Amino acid sequence: MFSRKLFGAFAGVALAALSASGAMAQAKDKIKVGFIYVGPVGDHGWSYQHDQGRQAIVKALGDKVETTFVESVPEADSERAIEQLARTGHDLIFTTSFGFMEPTLKVARKYPNIKFEHATGFKRAPNVSTYAAKFHEGRYIIGQIAGKMTKSGVIGYVGAFPIPEVIAGINAFYLGAQSVNPDVKIKVVWANTWYDPAKEGDAAKALLDQGVDMLAQHTDSPAPIQAAEARGKFGFGQASDMERFAPKAQLTAIIDDWSDYYIARAKAVLDGTWKSEDTWGGLAEHMVVMSPYKNMPDDVKKMAEETEAAIRSGALNPFKCPIYGQDGKEIECKGNGALSDEQVLGMNFYVKGIEDKIPQ
Amino acid sequence: MRFELTPRTTVSPVARALAPVAAFIVSFLIAGFVIWLMGRSPIAAFDVYVLQPLSDPWSLQELLVKATPLALIAIGLSYCFRASLWNIGAEGQYVMGAILGSWLALKTHGTEAGFWVLPLMLVLGIVGGALYGLVPAFLKTRFGVNEILTSLMLVYVAQLTLDYLVRGPWRDPKGFNFPQSVTFDPSATLPPILESGRVHYGVFFAVIAVLVTAVILGRTLFGYRLKLTGDAPRAARFAGFNSRATTMAVFAISGGLAGLAGISEVSGQIGQLQPSISPGYGFTAITVAFLGRLNPLGILVAALVVALTFIGGESAQILLRLPLDLTQAFQGILLLCVLAADALVSYRIRLVTRGGGK
Repeated sequence: MFSRKLFGAFAGVALAALSASGAMAQAKDKIKVGFIYVGPVGDHGWSYQHDQGRQAIVKALGDKVETTFVESVPEADSERAIEQLARTGHDLIFTTSFGFMEPTLKVARKYPNIKFEHATGFKRAPNVSTYAAKFHEGRYIIGQIAGKMTKSGVIGYVGAFPIPEVIAGINAFYLGAQSVNPDVKIKVVWANTWYDPAKEGDAAKALLDQGVDMLAQHTDSPAPIQAAEARGKFGFGQASDMERFAPKAQLTAIIDDWSDYYIARAKAVLDGTWKSEDTWGGLAEHMVVMSPYKNMPDDVKKMAEETEAAIRSGALNPFKCPIYGQDGKEIECKGNGALSDEQVLGMNFYVKGIEDKIPQ
Repeated sequence: MRFELTPRTTVSPVARALAPVAAFIVSFLIAGFVIWLMGRSPIAAFDVYVLQPLSDPWSLQELLVKATPLALIAIGLSYCFRASLWNIGAEGQYVMGAILGSWLALKTHGTEAGFWVLPLMLVLGIVGGALYGLVPAFLKTRFGVNEILTSLMLVYVAQLTLDYLVRGPWRDPKGFNFPQSVTFDPSATLPPILESGRVHYGVFFAVIAVLVTAVILGRTLFGYRLKLTGDAPRAARFAGFNSRATTMAVFAISGGLAGLAGISEVSGQIGQLQPSISPGYGFTAITVAFLGRLNPLGILVAALVVALTFIGGESAQILLRLPLDLTQAFQGILLLCVLAADALVSYRIRLVTRGGGK
């Protein structure tokens, strides 16, 4: 009796030790990486760029990884799809839309040994990292280009939804334009969609009808830039290089490039060094990439390249203080000489000079 | 030369019962052929699509989770469709039910409110959906407005109302301005039946709705009135049945059940309001209602089958890397085959050669 009890206790300790070492980071020979996309992969746009990142992992790590993706997953019904990946032996799961935040956390609680990466969210857990890109850095550059090139003095912006990321993008764009053209005006139209060529095209045409000659967009389809092309005006590509849709109109495009980050995170799981963290990468981290500057005079191109280099080196922050709100009052500067990350991530005000109201 | 459908004089009850089975086999053969053309194994696909989900406790649970709102909404729609009233707006009634029910959850958030919150939320969900369903019914009975158009357009009104609320007054003040409400308190959460499971009590609502509907349609005057109003509206009027009252009643029932589905999903699955609270349940339920031939038990089975195609489709993407488009095409093939099989039970195809018609 006694010896059995002792053996049982011993076995229990051994088991506990075993499971503890299992929970600890351990190098692996081969991993499976899963992706949840909110839209179809298609050939441009948000989900397409994430799939480019997935393919980059395969290219970089070869037979050490196996990747899977589930596309067009509705946000309200995503928990099951995420759990399906967790149950089918995936070691690392990327959920690539804000709306997957709560479902990702729920599944992560059930599978503590699987690593999760949630794009654009703000809630983390021991096995859930978050990551996002500083797209506003690119938007500052295109704002400067638009400010320099506009003849009518009015530039247009097609927004998706009035969430902080888009508001910060509009502000960065306008601050860039203002820095080279203090009297420039901006008109914003909300398409209330991330992807709807018809609505986005209508929004773009409405702006062009109002005399806008530079068109920026924070929606995913090429419809706005195509509308600019058709009228002989200029625009900027979004998420993917849209040159083939608007070869004469595209001045540059802000490309989402997740490749380096995805490869690094997959490697970290392979090496057993993965940790839960929050990554916010920009031009310097190669998460935001500008496509070649085209269709513009050399001096504008030179300015854009210099600005890009300055932001990359850290010499320039699009939200350097002082920043003024629409009412002309200075916004409290909570960062180091610039607005803090929290202020940018939660931005819900327009800067001085934008004569518009954020829809509430 | 053309084909003609002529009604059969006698319809075999055996054929009618076997029609859905035949439809399933045919649709699997068609899908299998497509998969074979893609250079994949149809057998492996069938295994992943159908056999594995049906033999695994986790998938079975997910099947119930997915089928619950579909069955609830489709049962409600069957009242309308039986009376030949085309309520296309269940998605909007679902959203409005969720909004009204969630109002209470948000009002009582952070207070010591007790056990009464959840039941009252469910009631409000039903009321919200029913009132919203009554709008197209009222417009139809009062002004003769086509209910297909009004009910469909009201979907967008409901979705945009939800959008406004979660971006504006109901936005979580601590949520970095992201468009979502606070997460509901436990007193406002529809609990799972099994701890750590995902199946919530909404599944009972669906089963109760099926049973009650079976009794109402089969055993009551109201059920008979519905059928008569749909099949022979003039006869129904001569019989003294008030078609206005029937219209209002079926839209209220349909909307109420959709609203119950909405509040159940929000309080049982999602746990907060967000801009999107339905992956199109209200529209998929139309397919479910017809797949189930507007019969309560049939709808229950159809809801499970449609849920299976969603879950199997996800497995196929993960395990076989089959594209999502194939799943969606398969759902279409399935519906087409079921409707075709039903038509062929009641009609025979006649080949009419030139000059042979008239």
